[in-house]
Amino acid sequence: MSPELITRRDGTKRPRRKGAVQPWAVLWLTAVWVALWHDISVANIASGALLSVGIQLAFPLPPLHVDGRVRPIACVVVYFTILWQVLIASVDVAWKVLRPGRQPQSSVIEVDLASDSDFVLTLVSLAVSVCPGSIVVEARRSTHTLFLHVLDVPDLTGLQAERDRVLTVERRICWALGITQGIKPDRTPVPPTGKPHE
Amino acid sequence: MNQVLDILASICFLAACVFGLIAAIGLVRFPDLLTRMHAATKPQVVGLVFALLGLAFRLRELEMLPLLFLVGVFQFATTPIASHMLSRAAFRGGQVDSSQLLVDELSEVLEHDEPRGAP
Repeated sequence: MSPELITRRDGTKRPRRKGAVQPWAVLWLTAVWVALWHDISVANIASGALLSVGIQLAFPLPPLHVDGRVRPIACVVVYFTILWQVLIASVDVAWKVLRPGRQPQSSVIEVDLASDSDFVLTLVSLAVSVCPGSIVVEARRSTHTLFLHVLDVPDLTGLQAERDRVLTVERRICWALGITQGIKPDRTPVPPTGKPHE
Repeated sequence: MNQVLDILASICFLAACVFGLIAAIGLVRFPDLLTRMHAATKPQVVGLVFALLGLAFRLRELEMLPLLFLVGVFQFATTPIASHMLSRAAFRGGQVDSSQLLVDELSEVLEHDEPRGAP
């Protein structure tokens, strides 16, 4: 997913403007604009659309390649699973804050993701950051490795469980996005609920 | 009907305050920067979501709902990035005491690293 780059005359590079306007982004930015004005009117929608096209031309982003068939229902399921985990995470951290006595024993662990997609790497680190007791300290794009700080895991089996948890999150995201390519062969994704994988 | 919504709103605001308070206590109680990041990010996000829910119940205006939703979405999108940037800077700046960690798999990797910006 490397951005298409154009070399300027002075040798620096910039992303290509042609094809920078993406329809879904226009829709989303227009929706944000209309929501900010609290009013659905033709003028608002038109100015929002114009503005979003202008923004994307002025600040072109690399196109997003998701090779795979996105499963909408699976996306919703994964989304709500993550939301639920956020709530659990907060109660969990709250308990560790209020618990009297010993301080939490934390670790920094390395998790090698199975997928080689940057998009999956981004989504997994976002999801893991809001999940129970883990913060992404470092993300390595070249090897698709995440380094996580995990809160209050007293022993090594617990750490292994944390690694497995991150890989489960990744499997679920790959499953929801229908990504099957570019995954290391020793870790073929299996759907989380035991449903057949197409 | 209005009374029920008001009570729901009060419950939500109370929950928001409790989570905010817990985040603050965590900041004081936890020993180092990385553990404090946990306390500062997670309960605080949920607290904000509860505050937004409370607002939705109290204001009862349809055109406010998308705005409240947007606030929540942006909070969810930006908090992990902010906490990541802070923890990363702290780790690279040597602010993390490796001896307090049970396992530290990052320090050994960073030692062999070439000193350059992006990974």
